[in-house]
Amino acid sequence: MVRLPFVTAATTLLSFGVILGFGHLRDFFRRVLHSLHFVGEPAGGNLKGYAPICEGTDDFYVRRFFRRVQDCFERPIASKPDAWFDVIERYSNDNNKTLHRTTKTSKCLNLASFNYLGFAAADEYCTPRVVESLKKYSASTCSSRVDGGNTLLHVELEELVARFVRKPAAILLGMGYTTNSSIIPALIGRGGLIISDSLNHNSIVSGARASGASIRVFQHNNPAHLEAILREQVAVGQPRTHRAWKKILVIVEGIYSMEGELCKLPEIVSICKKYKAYTYMDEAHSIGAVGKTGRGVCELLGVDPADVDIMMGTLSKSFGSSGGYIAATKEIIHHLKHTCPSHIYGTSMSPPAVEQVISAMKVILGEDGTDRGAKKIAQIRDNSNFFRSELQKMGFEVLGDADSPVMPMMVYNPAKMPAFSRECLKKNVAVVPVGFPATPLLLGRIRICISASHTREDLIKGLEVISDVGDLVGIKYFQVEQDRATSVQNSETEEASVNNPRLLC
Amino acid sequence: MDLASPVLNATTALLAHVSAAFKAPLARAVVFGVHIDGHLVVEGLLIVVIVFQLSRKSYKPPKKPLSEKEIDELCDEWEPEPLCPPVKEGARIDTPMLESAAGPHTTIDGKEVVNFASANYLGLIGNEKIIDSCVGSLEKYGVGSCGPRGFYGTIDVHLDCEAKIAKFLGTPDSILYSYGISTIFSVIPAFCKRGDIIVADEAVHWAVQNGLHLSRSTVVYFKHNDMASLAHTLEKFTHGNKRAEKIRRYIVVESIYQNSGQIAPLDEIIRLKEKYRFRVILEESHSFGVLGQSGRGLAEHYGVPIDKIDIITAGMGNALATDGGFCTGSVRVVDHQRLSSSGYVFSASLPPYLASAAVSAVNYLEENPSVLANLRSNIALLHKELSDTPGLEISSHVLSPIVFLKLKKSMSSANTDLDLLETIAERILKEDSVFIVASKRSTLDRCKLPVGIRLFVSAGHTESDISKVSSSLKRVSASVLSDHI
Repeated sequence: MVRLPFVTAATTLLSFGVILGFGHLRDFFRRVLHSLHFVGEPAGGNLKGYAPICEGTDDFYVRRFFRRVQDCFERPIASKPDAWFDVIERYSNDNNKTLHRTTKTSKCLNLASFNYLGFAAADEYCTPRVVESLKKYSASTCSSRVDGGNTLLHVELEELVARFVRKPAAILLGMGYTTNSSIIPALIGRGGLIISDSLNHNSIVSGARASGASIRVFQHNNPAHLEAILREQVAVGQPRTHRAWKKILVIVEGIYSMEGELCKLPEIVSICKKYKAYTYMDEAHSIGAVGKTGRGVCELLGVDPADVDIMMGTLSKSFGSSGGYIAATKEIIHHLKHTCPSHIYGTSMSPPAVEQVISAMKVILGEDGTDRGAKKIAQIRDNSNFFRSELQKMGFEVLGDADSPVMPMMVYNPAKMPAFSRECLKKNVAVVPVGFPATPLLLGRIRICISASHTREDLIKGLEVISDVGDLVGIKYFQVEQDRATSVQNSETEEASVNNPRLLC
Repeated sequence: MDLASPVLNATTALLAHVSAAFKAPLARAVVFGVHIDGHLVVEGLLIVVIVFQLSRKSYKPPKKPLSEKEIDELCDEWEPEPLCPPVKEGARIDTPMLESAAGPHTTIDGKEVVNFASANYLGLIGNEKIIDSCVGSLEKYGVGSCGPRGFYGTIDVHLDCEAKIAKFLGTPDSILYSYGISTIFSVIPAFCKRGDIIVADEAVHWAVQNGLHLSRSTVVYFKHNDMASLAHTLEKFTHGNKRAEKIRRYIVVESIYQNSGQIAPLDEIIRLKEKYRFRVILEESHSFGVLGQSGRGLAEHYGVPIDKIDIITAGMGNALATDGGFCTGSVRVVDHQRLSSSGYVFSASLPPYLASAAVSAVNYLEENPSVLANLRSNIALLHKELSDTPGLEISSHVLSPIVFLKLKKSMSSANTDLDLLETIAERILKEDSVFIVASKRSTLDRCKLPVGIRLFVSAGHTESDISKVSSSLKRVSASVLSDHI
């Protein structure tokens, strides 16, 4: 949970007020000048007789707020998204309205990419196999899985994914976002109820809307609230007709990407079993990254995979590839293969990407004959715990549970976020600021993602830079407690050294 | 009888007593010159009682909220439907597994087959230059990009690819998406919101339908590829409607329809769009790299200037033999998507080697425009040879690389048609080693056009491939459809 000090809330609101105030003032002048024909294109940019393609008010946020900080986003890189990468420098002559690339790059520490197990780098097992499959199968099959796009690799990967996640069967889809948006409508339709966590990802929201079922939202990670909603909905039934719901689907995520928190899976699964609701878990950030052998949140929290009805995951984060999968019972997968539109109409996954996942999974499972997989999993766990505890010691407010490789650092103030990002870039560390609308208005944050390919030296360098910039920008919100604790420690060591002079040397 | 008379006597005595009592004290009361008689009192009392009853609310049984025990019982009783319907007997699930690249010739089950199931229109699968550029890209950038475009997932090949496509088509800018079908269903909700009007063709494929549904706008469908129906619909919306000027209006069409192989008459659509002031969203997945003198798509084919089309989207999984999609248009259109298009903002970006494959494919097309002539002659030859197939007729346009064969006489339902066509496809694969596919449809698809066999013609097919598929098709369809012709 986020603790927001009153003073910080007040200053953040004031900050937003100032920015919006200036924005409205500039819009006013723009309108005045346009009506006096000093400025050419009206704010909407429309042709005569047509309504503007982008509404004037929709655009306000972009023009007056986002543009000022646009250089912190969409920074291009010119190398692999590994532990260190080359960020291309950009410049702007018109206050960030257009950004131009230069040919200069700077090598930065990567604390932003979702490269949890380090498979973005060239791997001695994976890369030769990927190149070989590219030469054999070419970059694409130009066809969907049900037509002519089904290769041996795809079938092999589906079996391997099912085995990895410990479910009977799996289906592979070309993109993680499309997996959620097209599987949920195939499972549930009108007359059904979807209960989803309030902080679920946009793809789940889009799939839930496309399905036509009724949607209710429960408070983030709150099993008691989920139970209250389930009891109420089963008793009351569909709105207006009060007929019983056809089925109820509860959708949660393994690790929430903006909070770094793990889902309270054992409680949620037991509640769903009690009320006969189906569970759907989206393991985009947790598969491969947590758990003793990398098998995700089920393994970490000790939940039997057979209790979760549908397990979904993406292959672009821990496995360094692209695509998504769904694992469930054989009957459900059979049904999905016949109805899921993305499987029937979408181009099948590119064969080299499939081979990358197959090789990565084999490394994690240890089937390549080495123990590099186990080492990577242990490394990412150690790295995450070390980094998080060091940040907390420095006085930053860090969210997220232990073992989770995603750690958001609270910043709150809208001006401090781009300041932090730019100062870090000057010192060659790349971080990601996340604000409204991806997070609530007052809770802006910097999100850090740790990878197994970060060495201890990399992490220490990152910590130094973050500490310096944090002091500069002023976001060490718990420094006071920290100072008190260190002063207590110092006084203890002083006493001890007075008693034993040799300790001082 | 003994009881009756004493009761009667008692009642009459009581009544006499009451009336006497009534009449007695008030007999001498005079109010406003009216003698108050006893009966006036009774009537007055009755009126009071009636008014009192009328003014009371009617009886409603009190609403009791459900007790915890009752909720428990309801929860125990409730039985949900199973998550998926039971498996149907004999449902076909196994599609053939390819053991080599999906080029004009591929390997299935150890045998070499002629492949008409891949939309490899320019024959770029297996092209050496493209594979070399991909290998270089893999070694430099790895496989995945590990992040969305906004958070260090933008790699310089993405920017190069966007610039290249924009330059090739002659538009100011373009934007890349990481999956073919997600392009259109992210673009439409970014520009169309609740209250807008969209007029779409009834045969658009599922991804477009999903985009239209997610946009929550008012969607009206017109008859497939029928310009009179389109004109009529546009007229209906704008006639006498003063408000129509203030809301955004779009026409959504595909250049080559996946569900039928027809080509949209763009010149007519542009004329109607300018007359009624609508904007056009054109889905060019199957015509980019195929139609037009140099493969620049439908606009070049009809000689329409490209800036008259407001938004063009295309998937790159067809002619360009890679994956992903792009959207192009004016600077405003493209810029808006960088923040509002959900498939762009919330998804990992396209793997860099696929972007470099796209760049190489466009380079190849620019350097070898003769490949388009090969494709066109192959399509024409196939049309000629298949014109007399028993039981099947070609319903696609003569220039469409998707040759769509539907049954001359349709069966009872789409499912039985599909079964028949799939039997034909299976037998052709087994007996003649030619790989063709029937157009399968999802239950979530609302398109009602007939199903058929789709042949994807490639510039890499030879004349012998084409004669092989046509003779095989004629033979097998004659035997399978012999009862139904």
